[in-house]
Amino acid sequence: MSLELNETNFESEVTQSAVPVLVDFWAPWCGSCRSMAPMVDTFAAEVDPKQLKVSKCNADENSALAARFNILAIPAFVIFKQGQEVARFSGSFSPEEFKEKVMSHLKV
Amino acid sequence: MSHKVIIIGSGPAGWTAAIYAGRAELAPVVFEGAEPGGQLMSTTAVENFPGFPEGIQGSDLMDHMRAQAKRFGAEVLSQRVDQVDFSARPFKVTSNNRIYEADVVIVSTGASARRLGIESEQKFYGRGVSACATCDGFFFKNKKVVVVGGGDAAMEEAMFLTRFATQVVLVHRRENFRASKIMQDRVAQQPKISIIRNAEVLEILGQDATRVTGIQLKDVQTGEISELETDGVFVAIGHAPNTKLFENILDLDEHGYIKTKPGTTQTSLPGILAAGDVQDSVYRQAITAAGSGCMAAIEAERMLREV
Repeated sequence: MSLELNETNFESEVTQSAVPVLVDFWAPWCGSCRSMAPMVDTFAAEVDPKQLKVSKCNADENSALAARFNILAIPAFVIFKQGQEVARFSGSFSPEEFKEKVMSHLKV
Repeated sequence: MSHKVIIIGSGPAGWTAAIYAGRAELAPVVFEGAEPGGQLMSTTAVENFPGFPEGIQGSDLMDHMRAQAKRFGAEVLSQRVDQVDFSARPFKVTSNNRIYEADVVIVSTGASARRLGIESEQKFYGRGVSACATCDGFFFKNKKVVVVGGGDAAMEEAMFLTRFATQVVLVHRRENFRASKIMQDRVAQQPKISIIRNAEVLEILGQDATRVTGIQLKDVQTGEISELETDGVFVAIGHAPNTKLFENILDLDEHGYIKTKPGTTQTSLPGILAAGDVQDSVYRQAITAAGSGCMAAIEAERMLREV
């Protein structure tokens, strides 16, 4: 299971995180988000926690966070390094595409 | 290991084929593809699928179908098929660099939302341009949005967006709408929706690459160019069949749909069946897709008995 983010823990878990963080912005009414969720969980279980922290943020319950990061489409996958957004992509992906997209942003 | 039946795609056609093939003890393998559940995952309430008098959410309907297919022994792979080789039996399907073999393949890859095909649409995709009002409408609370299209899907998106947006402008490139009368009436009665006819979207306008501010329109009758302010653009201009994998392998019609023998799901190659929107440019309904998925599974069962 990946970490659940909210307005209380966002700063400590994302902004102040020493390792890069992937945030999956999702909502219960988004079908594509729901079909992507098991894949994101599998990815979270596989990835080295020293390399990447995988988390999810319910955009419906945390609309202030969604607004702060100008989330306009979900699922949105945003990668933060040292608290700064370095990449984002949205939509449906196969597990391989997804892994490749995330990993390509971690190297740099 | 060779399978009896491989099903490519996980919309109503694919899951219905899997339910029937599963019950016939054919142990079907389903490749869910890049858009699991297909088009219904991004719709709101489905009001015309028989058996749900109060309607059902598209994604719930698909979750039920998936669960039903699994109950009867379908093996579900959350993977996309990258390549097919239908030149000889067993047919070969490549996914994640692995080859899967089967005696019968049911193609139910459906259709995907068509895009406007302009550069600025790509640039602002996920940044104010969307193809899914149910997913993204929430983020346009108290904002102004545009819906592009003239069919039922465009009308439904426009109606749905009135829950959030202050104003919804429906832009259609023709004079008349393709949408059903019931949907046109609902839209006409909704005060938040206004309509611009005979207008083509030339460009999505925005600030740097992070925010949409408007669209540039061309009046197709007068050629006049104008600008319309908006915070979001929802594109609902129909669907194109997902048949890229099968080009030069199966016979396709001029619009890219797989050709099937009338009254059957048989394609130009024996043992390869096609069901759902990928072979249907006329009806394109969840129920017709499910119906043809059922036909494909029954045909598969008969074929396998003869093999």
